[in-house]
Amino acid sequence: MTFMKQLFIGLISATLMIGTMSSTAIAFEPDKPIEFIIMAGKGGGADKMARLMQAIVEKENLSNRPLFPTNKSGGSGAEALIAAKNANDPDHTLMVTLNSFFTTPLRQPGLRIDNSTFAPIGRMAEDTFLLWVHKDSGVTTFAEYLTKAKADGNKWVMGGTGRAGEDNIITNFLNNEFGLSMKYIPYQGGGEVAKQVAGKQLNSSVNNPSEALGFYESGDLVPLVAFTDERLPLFPNVPTLKELGNDFSYFMQRAVVGAPGMSDDALAYYTDLFTKVYQSSDWQDYKNKQSLMGEFMTGDELRIYWDAQNSRHSVILKASGDIK
Amino acid sequence: MDVFISLLDGIMVALEPMNLGLAVLGVVVGLFVGAMPGLGSVNGVAILLPFTFVIQSFTGGATSPMIFLAAIYYGAMYGGAISSITLGIPGASTAVSTTFDGRPMALSGRAHIALVAAALASFAGGTISNIMFTGFAPILASVALSFGDPEVFALMLMAFATFIGLGGDDIPKTIFSICIGLVLATVGFDIVSGEPRLIFFDITGFSHGIRFLVLAIGVYGIGEMLWTINTNRYGSSMTQVDVSARNIIDAIKEFRHAKRGTLIGSFLGFFVGILPAAGATPGALMAYGVAKLTSKDQSSFGKGNINGIAAPEAANNSASTGAMLPMMTLGIPGSPTTAVLLAGMVIWGLQPGPLLFTNQPDFVWPLIGSFYISNVIAVLVNLAFIPVFLWMLRMPFTILAPMIFVLSLVGTYAAYLDMFDVSLMVLVGIAAFFLRILDYPVAPAVLAIVLGPIAEPKLRQSLLFSDGDFSIFFTRPIAGPITVIALILILLPLIKFIKNKFITKKAEQP
Repeated sequence: MTFMKQLFIGLISATLMIGTMSSTAIAFEPDKPIEFIIMAGKGGGADKMARLMQAIVEKENLSNRPLFPTNKSGGSGAEALIAAKNANDPDHTLMVTLNSFFTTPLRQPGLRIDNSTFAPIGRMAEDTFLLWVHKDSGVTTFAEYLTKAKADGNKWVMGGTGRAGEDNIITNFLNNEFGLSMKYIPYQGGGEVAKQVAGKQLNSSVNNPSEALGFYESGDLVPLVAFTDERLPLFPNVPTLKELGNDFSYFMQRAVVGAPGMSDDALAYYTDLFTKVYQSSDWQDYKNKQSLMGEFMTGDELRIYWDAQNSRHSVILKASGDIK
Repeated sequence: MDVFISLLDGIMVALEPMNLGLAVLGVVVGLFVGAMPGLGSVNGVAILLPFTFVIQSFTGGATSPMIFLAAIYYGAMYGGAISSITLGIPGASTAVSTTFDGRPMALSGRAHIALVAAALASFAGGTISNIMFTGFAPILASVALSFGDPEVFALMLMAFATFIGLGGDDIPKTIFSICIGLVLATVGFDIVSGEPRLIFFDITGFSHGIRFLVLAIGVYGIGEMLWTINTNRYGSSMTQVDVSARNIIDAIKEFRHAKRGTLIGSFLGFFVGILPAAGATPGALMAYGVAKLTSKDQSSFGKGNINGIAAPEAANNSASTGAMLPMMTLGIPGSPTTAVLLAGMVIWGLQPGPLLFTNQPDFVWPLIGSFYISNVIAVLVNLAFIPVFLWMLRMPFTILAPMIFVLSLVGTYAAYLDMFDVSLMVLVGIAAFFLRILDYPVAPAVLAIVLGPIAEPKLRQSLLFSDGDFSIFFTRPIAGPITVIALILILLPLIKFIKNKFITKKAEQP
């Protein structure tokens, strides 16, 4: 009996030792499915990207546990930010972010979200914005657009995703800079906005290329100007606003962050994981096809980028009166 | 003629052994996922999306993975009806309205008729929508484009109008129930202003709003179970069902009475499906409402009318094909499931949009061909399994009740992986039970919570357009007539109600 007992205890301690040894060999490995919170609804740009990342991880067998995407689109990302902040297990909670990562905490201080507490895993790309009109609008250049929109006053309707989001920011900029009074109507997703312009329900939009590409290829939507620093390879004939004499460009971060409280070991693991995703041919291919810019960015470099974005958005939102 | 040849070619590709096998597998998976309360086609498709990369590495193109996912979508539409009828818990949000008449039919020993009607109506809905899809995709795409915010709102108003007739004769109670549903639908973050609304007690679980499925499972799973225990109507006994081939054949013959519901469901479902933002759930609910509204025998709805099963089941299949249309031709998902399919298409390297049909005929036509094939497979598999589903009904209620309870809990958790939803679901169930004791209809509240989140932003976006002028709903060529019809539909029963009250009072006086 005692022998059996000793053998039993011996076996258990041996198992435990092997367990500790293997866990020291690799500092962190996920031991359950990884929650992958998407800050936007199903079918939008962020959603497509998240599901592509999930698929790449699966296809290349990069992780021993799957990524499990959940869409939390409520309140321009507020729902997702709260869910990540209150995550039970920060080491297994990731989030795919957009610029609402900066704007929502600024606009809603009541949420008590400090985005510097999130773990900087990796910025996978920067999405770009262009100004779109319908081909039947008769508008072919940005100068014509300004004349037409000015003449129409608040009868000129611009659609975009959400209130005080990226699209709203660009619309406000155009209104202030060029003395326009375009009306802005918020929708749930960029795809719907592009469809409304294609159906001539809206006059214009500032969709990302990925959202408007189908209608661009069919010729229904015409891009007038790009809000980038250089011309986009996919739209070589579309001038940038900078070329036209205004020093304004605007991008949207497509970054993966870890929930606040993620351990350093877990952060290192996920940084490595998403570096591999970034380097995969599928991701590079997608980046080119959807006209995404920006190099991979992680750690302190990403934190510095966030700081700059926080102060920029604070200035923008103050100017538009969204925050005091 | 070109279309016909392309379609035939497409069907030939869809019949290749690999694709056929994937369609069968997809349909069976979908049937199971759909029948499992809480899990719907959207979960099935999202979970298996990564698996399609394995398929793609075998077959190369995007066609086979898409055939597989579309088959799941199809199968789930069939499967949803099974638990709606046998257990009274909606298998998926799209099958909620199937419980209205499916459950009473099962309880009165006509489960086999209900199940067969659901399968055949689904098949009819699928077939009719496939033909419309094949023949008129480009025209229908432009119809979808011409629907702006006021048009969609007018359509939602029409849906609400059909509800007034849903709650039975007590119109004030029906309206009260709709209002509760509408208030619950506003919980969460407002899309137009971005502000939080009705976050009770600052509980973060409310920030994503009260999910439709939580309400539906609470009302029809827990609420219905409590009601059955309370009334003890079916006691500890079991429902009598006789499973034989002869019965199934009789049930198929019974289907001739469901022609009207099937036709209404097929056409209405398809139309609602092609409008972005709507999808199969509102499609099925509206079809049920219209089938009841236009019926000569309105009082038998909710008590086991076969048309009450055929209409929503034809509609949810038809709407799921319909929802593929804006996804493929406009790049906009018409339902949550097509949103995931859309993500899949982009990942496989396709560009959905107006040019998909011209640029990718090798993808489009085999996929459409597979719709036809999957539809046939689904109806055959479903009919073959009906005796198994009926067997579930033979279990005594003392075993069935705990099973329903467990399935409700697991199903709610599985849908969104949120424990808060589970507690809310139980609370909703208890509340629904008491509402029922007080004789308030709960169906209108459930319906309002589906349509509320679609109607509200459309109303506000329209009013932003018109600077707050309501005439926008009357002056536009498509929105105008729909709004007028909807208002008439709302006012008719009210007038009837007032008239009835007046007449009965008069009769009582002398």
